[in-house]
Amino acid sequence: MAIVFQKPKALTDAPLHYCPGCTHGIIHRLVAEAIDELGIEGKTVGVAPVGCAVMAYDYFACDMVEAAHGRAPAVATGLKRALPENIVFTYQGDGDLASIGMAETVHAATRGENITIIFVNNAIYGMTGGQMAPTSLPGQVTQTSPYGRDTATAGFPIRVSEMLATLDGPQYIERVAVNNVKNVNKAKKAIKKAFQNQVEGKGFSLIEVVSSCPTNWGMTPSKALQWVEEKMIPYYPLGVYKDRSAEKEGK
Amino acid sequence: MTTQILIAGFGGQGVLFAGKFLAYKGMLEDKQVSWLPSYGPEMRGGTANCSIIISDDPVGSPIVSTPDALIAMNLPSFDKYENAVVSGGKVFIDSTLIGRKAQRTDIDAYYIPATKMAADAGIPTLANMIILGKMIKETGAVSFENMVDVMKKIVSAKRAELIDINIKALEAGYNYEG
Amino acid sequence: MGEKVLMKGNEAIAEAAIRAGCRHYFGYPITPQTELAAYMAKRMPKIGGVFLQAESEVAAINMVYGVAGTGKRVMTSSSSPGVSLKQEGISYIAGADLPALIINVQRGGPGLGGIQPSQSDYFQATKGGGHGDYRLIVLAPSSVQEMADLTAKAFDLSEKYLVPAMLLADGTMGQMMEPVDLSGISEPEKAEKPWAVTGTQCKRKHNIINSLYLVPEQLEQKNFERYERYKVIEENECLYESFMMDDADICVVAFGIAARVSKNAVVAARKEGIKVGLIRPITLWPFPKAPLAQAADKVKGFISVELSMGQMIEDVRLATECKKPVVLCNRTGGMIPTPEQVLESIRNMAKEGK
Repeated sequence: MAIVFQKPKALTDAPLHYCPGCTHGIIHRLVAEAIDELGIEGKTVGVAPVGCAVMAYDYFACDMVEAAHGRAPAVATGLKRALPENIVFTYQGDGDLASIGMAETVHAATRGENITIIFVNNAIYGMTGGQMAPTSLPGQVTQTSPYGRDTATAGFPIRVSEMLATLDGPQYIERVAVNNVKNVNKAKKAIKKAFQNQVEGKGFSLIEVVSSCPTNWGMTPSKALQWVEEKMIPYYPLGVYKDRSAEKEGK
Repeated sequence: MTTQILIAGFGGQGVLFAGKFLAYKGMLEDKQVSWLPSYGPEMRGGTANCSIIISDDPVGSPIVSTPDALIAMNLPSFDKYENAVVSGGKVFIDSTLIGRKAQRTDIDAYYIPATKMAADAGIPTLANMIILGKMIKETGAVSFENMVDVMKKIVSAKRAELIDINIKALEAGYNYEG
Repeated sequence: MGEKVLMKGNEAIAEAAIRAGCRHYFGYPITPQTELAAYMAKRMPKIGGVFLQAESEVAAINMVYGVAGTGKRVMTSSSSPGVSLKQEGISYIAGADLPALIINVQRGGPGLGGIQPSQSDYFQATKGGGHGDYRLIVLAPSSVQEMADLTAKAFDLSEKYLVPAMLLADGTMGQMMEPVDLSGISEPEKAEKPWAVTGTQCKRKHNIINSLYLVPEQLEQKNFERYERYKVIEENECLYESFMMDDADICVVAFGIAARVSKNAVVAARKEGIKVGLIRPITLWPFPKAPLAQAADKVKGFISVELSMGQMIEDVRLATECKKPVVLCNRTGGMIPTPEQVLESIRNMAKEGK
């Protein structure tokens, strides 16, 4: 009988703990598929964040390290410097990467560390129950912005991809989404390229994945995906923000 | 025997280098030595000093608070440390830069116009080594033999030309009678 | 015996670490330990090692955590305010049972404090510093030679017990030069590290470096296991120096630079006919309780000499179960007690009860 669907080898058999309708599962799968297709599972070391993906170390079948909140790029730097022949990736959320860990993110990027960062942006702190994130949209209601994010007091959302693209260090920065099949396919391509870059020694690659959080947004999963399309993507436009190899080819 | 030495002056006068040379010399004579600098912002042009201890026994505290020998290369240092010197101790004063005489009568004071001597000899940065030469002669803290060997240890090979002029400065101080 | 060279304490640590096989250093500039980083920056690239000036102390210690997970020798160095920043990472390293070396060349605090020598991070180093149930192996050098020797020792102990180690020095120790012989320090034989994350090669179940245990029974069990290891360390790894203690009526207790100052005072007091000795803890954790407990049965009192408002004195009281009076002789904020001050303290205790 022909196999039409199976779990990627780079994922373990552990059942995911994510909420119904959460897109972490899809993104985990895309990462695992990339690892499988590049045949790098045996030499990959992943770094899990603090946030909803805190237990990603149980889900990925490669060696894993659990980092302190925001410190994954620093931990990954240590790993990669000690294991230059291995493949090192981090998997981080918006609070982890763009708030408490912004310094580590920016400096790993500007050093051009040859690592891969998967940045899941769902505009909210999920694990702690729905607080305002650095990427929460203006007016977005969260537990800690109950009247909507007031930019006068809480400032503006950070567009991480655009910001990092101003640096000379990074090799490749792209923002993707996983709200429909077409976008999932594009996301897959981008994530694989981000790993491929590392295999080829090209340097720092970061893929920002615009994601959803039905539970903390207070929406049904399908409504949440609609919200991604209508609210998130206009604020966080998808696309390639930096690709040094494309630059070299004259685009 | 234990000799506790304090060298003090402005940053840039080679206070730390003179101390390092002395400590190295002591070490090569198989003595116990320690060298401790003042550190921090004052190193950049303010006052600088270093403590050197040369002893036949293991060195306890490396901090010299009551020196047997004081080299004062500027007035603020002399003012600050004259009273710290042990009774019967020796002070070595750069008389080009320090206009006054020692106030204490229970210490031996040596006045060496080191800065002027250095300038006259065309080695203006080496007043430190001139005054050190005199100190070595009067205290006997270390011997005056094999100075070149020590110099070779602390001057990088790339700057070998410095060795001769440092030795010249040491000898000028050692032979100074005034 | 090899050739002696005159080296700064900070440089001796760096060279000893390299000789002991450390090829990964991460740091952030801070006085008075900067020579250590500078030495590493110069040497590491020439021997295929890694020197990285991190964006912060927080990042540096987490880079250390990353390398430690791979099983390779790794270190960081800083001074007091910077070591406070590292506490988060240190707690994670301890919680993940990884070996690593942290150097603290202490300066006066709290806050930004000053840049002159201090021992006021004793509590932070020996009582935790970061959050949670853990210990560090803490070694306190008292000479430039010990800066080197204890650096190598700290790596060995850390790897033997999978406990992060700290070398607790101070500005004087870091800045002073003394003759040092490094010929005795060499790389240990490579040991198997089955726990390390180096890639599964698809041949084994994945290794996970982690300190998260959401099931409290599991976390409790991990902590129990760790403390069993700590017990073994306490039994086997205490180091101290006993100086003129045989017939002593008074026991001075001091470590690091304070012990050197105290030695002068002990020698001076002996000349005055006062029977005084010194116990110098070399490991601050495990704290050498046994020799102090023994001394408590013989001496009339203890003098804890410290560059702080009195931190180790609490451990002296605990070790001696307050059988005899323990007094403090101290300076703080970057000041160093003089031998005369310690001598006065010894004289005062000698006079009492005569």
